[in-house]
Amino acid sequence: MTVEELRELAEQEQARQAQIRHRVLYCAAAGCASCGSLGTRDALKQSITARGIEAAEVVGTGCMGLCGEGPLVKVAAGDVLYKRVDAAAADRLVEQHLAGGQPVGDLQLDTSAPFFAEQVKVVLENCGRIDATRIEEYIAVGGYEALARALTELKPAGVVDEIRKSGLRGRGGAGYPTGLKWDIARKVQAEQKYIVCNADEGDPGAFMDRSVLEGDPHRVLEGMAIAGYAIGATQGYVYVRAEYPLAIERLKLAIRQAERHGVLGSRILESGFNFRIDLRIGAGAFVCGEETALLRSIEGRRGRPRPRPPYPSERGLFGMPTVINNVETLANVAPIINRGSAWFAGIGTPRSTGTKVFALAGKIRNTGLIEVPMGIPLRRIIFDIGGGPPAGATFKAAQTGGPSGGCIPAEHLDLPVDYESLATVGSIMGSGGLIVMDSTSNMVDVARFFMEFSRDESCGKCIPCRVGTVHLHGLLEKIARGEGTADDVALLEELCVMVKDTSLCGLGQSAPNPVLSTLRFFRPEYDALLRPVEVFTPAATKTTDPA
Amino acid sequence: MSREAPSTHPSGDNRFKLLDRAINAHQGDGHALIEVLHAAQGIFGYLEEDLLIYIARALKRPLSQVYGVATFYNFFRLKPAGRHTFVLCTGTACYVKGADRLQKALEHRCAVRFGETTPDGAVSLVAARCVGSCGLAPVAVIDDEVAARLTEQEAVARVDAWAAAAEEVTR
Repeated sequence: MTVEELRELAEQEQARQAQIRHRVLYCAAAGCASCGSLGTRDALKQSITARGIEAAEVVGTGCMGLCGEGPLVKVAAGDVLYKRVDAAAADRLVEQHLAGGQPVGDLQLDTSAPFFAEQVKVVLENCGRIDATRIEEYIAVGGYEALARALTELKPAGVVDEIRKSGLRGRGGAGYPTGLKWDIARKVQAEQKYIVCNADEGDPGAFMDRSVLEGDPHRVLEGMAIAGYAIGATQGYVYVRAEYPLAIERLKLAIRQAERHGVLGSRILESGFNFRIDLRIGAGAFVCGEETALLRSIEGRRGRPRPRPPYPSERGLFGMPTVINNVETLANVAPIINRGSAWFAGIGTPRSTGTKVFALAGKIRNTGLIEVPMGIPLRRIIFDIGGGPPAGATFKAAQTGGPSGGCIPAEHLDLPVDYESLATVGSIMGSGGLIVMDSTSNMVDVARFFMEFSRDESCGKCIPCRVGTVHLHGLLEKIARGEGTADDVALLEELCVMVKDTSLCGLGQSAPNPVLSTLRFFRPEYDALLRPVEVFTPAATKTTDPA
Repeated sequence: MSREAPSTHPSGDNRFKLLDRAINAHQGDGHALIEVLHAAQGIFGYLEEDLLIYIARALKRPLSQVYGVATFYNFFRLKPAGRHTFVLCTGTACYVKGADRLQKALEHRCAVRFGETTPDGAVSLVAARCVGSCGLAPVAVIDDEVAARLTEQEAVARVDAWAAAAEEVTR
């Protein structure tokens, strides 16, 4: 396919959609699917046929965001969004809205509410708008246009420059500048180079990457192809969790379609650039989110990290220069190339540019997937967008970064959400899981929960992590049982610092974070569980009176 | 140099033909070990020792490495699963919303711990790290079907229903 043919295809699909009077979108992502959105789809179709409504189509899309109110349905004309659409509601929707032209008031979601109005969508702009199983719909909204631009107008160095100027930083948690990573890999001379997409979203409480892969897989593939062109790689791998069967299915389909349309494979868009993408399915090891462990896993070995340097950008997969980027990072690439680095750098803060996708969960009214500009205060995410804790509950802490992050208490709610600010309170940006806890959560127990996770997931290669996490967990258990003493807390703290400073990889280095942050902000909860120290006092013996 | 095609298993079990096909799809490349183990578990349900030996030979990898990989990753099972599986999500969001209570209730009902299968082979209790449906916490995947906002009563009722259905069959 040539660039002209790509644009023709986009126009054809736009014309096809213009012919359709009623485009009804239902959320087919995992969240809504598990509250019965497939039944909703059937009911919608049935009702449309029964009423003889013409020029209508029912389309499954990616995540629409407000998972807690699913199944969600959207009528494309006028962007009317409906909540909790079961089979009966679907019939009512078709009758009143499609046939009668009147929105169904009691089912309608107010899209001017803060949950929607406060969001800025870049990564998720296509999620909930297009059918992820049809490449034509992605092309119709400007898909693969950025790849075409990169191939025809920009040199590889120009692409790297654009990404560098945008200020894009890794969305997997550590926040390493993406442009810098690409630049290192581009400058290394090697026979073969690789692009790896890290879709091993192992953080419990995080489902951003899953939603992007399910709702807009081509966006990620396009980002990988642009990255490949920039550094001179011809092979890419997506390393995706086995726990995400729908994402795997969507990716397989998307890769096949992209190859058939000539936007992946040999001589992409009739240029001299070749790029293939293969899937690698993970097998349930949290440590494989660490880049060197992930590479070992792609090579068919146990996912154990190795010391860095050399960094993967110099020596990675099969010993060759490899760029590893997270799903969300790669999903940001196409819009940056399309709209320019200045546009992207204008969103967020000077040091943390762009947006961040968060998965809101826990004790909060609006659970689901959101995208906000960097630097937004935490309070606005939790209380405006999230709607605050449900009635009767009071906010206690927000947990970011999963087992590698920390708990942020109420007094820091006005903290801007960016890489540096979160680090000042002992947490991390992480991949984007944000879990709200209320007064029913005991923070010692939360720390114990995360430490149990880190203990189980430690790969066992280095001693501080392998032995340290076991002892940290043991101490936390002891304290939680009410058998700990002040000495145990002191030991806990000391051990945390040791594990943090001496572990080989990110897993061990960040495993103490939940303990350290709860110790810092919720120390009275630890103290309340302590057993008083029994001071040995010699039994009062009768002293003989010298007198 | 031509690679020798892996011979089919002496037992004559036809499932090995499917496995051979999966191995050949990767040209017997040892780097594809994890893909092959996925395929093998899909075909056989679990990875018994004999199967691991077969894979090691076909991919020309030491058995120690194959065994090491199979035991390293949580996804691979070395023992058969029960007829029904109850996968409880133990991720943070589910934990905050009371997954620990569900866990206790189910362990009490089935009289086995999570990670084990009941002695009659009826039910496997599996703890998942996070199934990524945090908005619907607490979540379980009950025989491949996602159950949202689960209560202790509902969870135990699902196991009761399996037991009742099994009794119906034996009667």
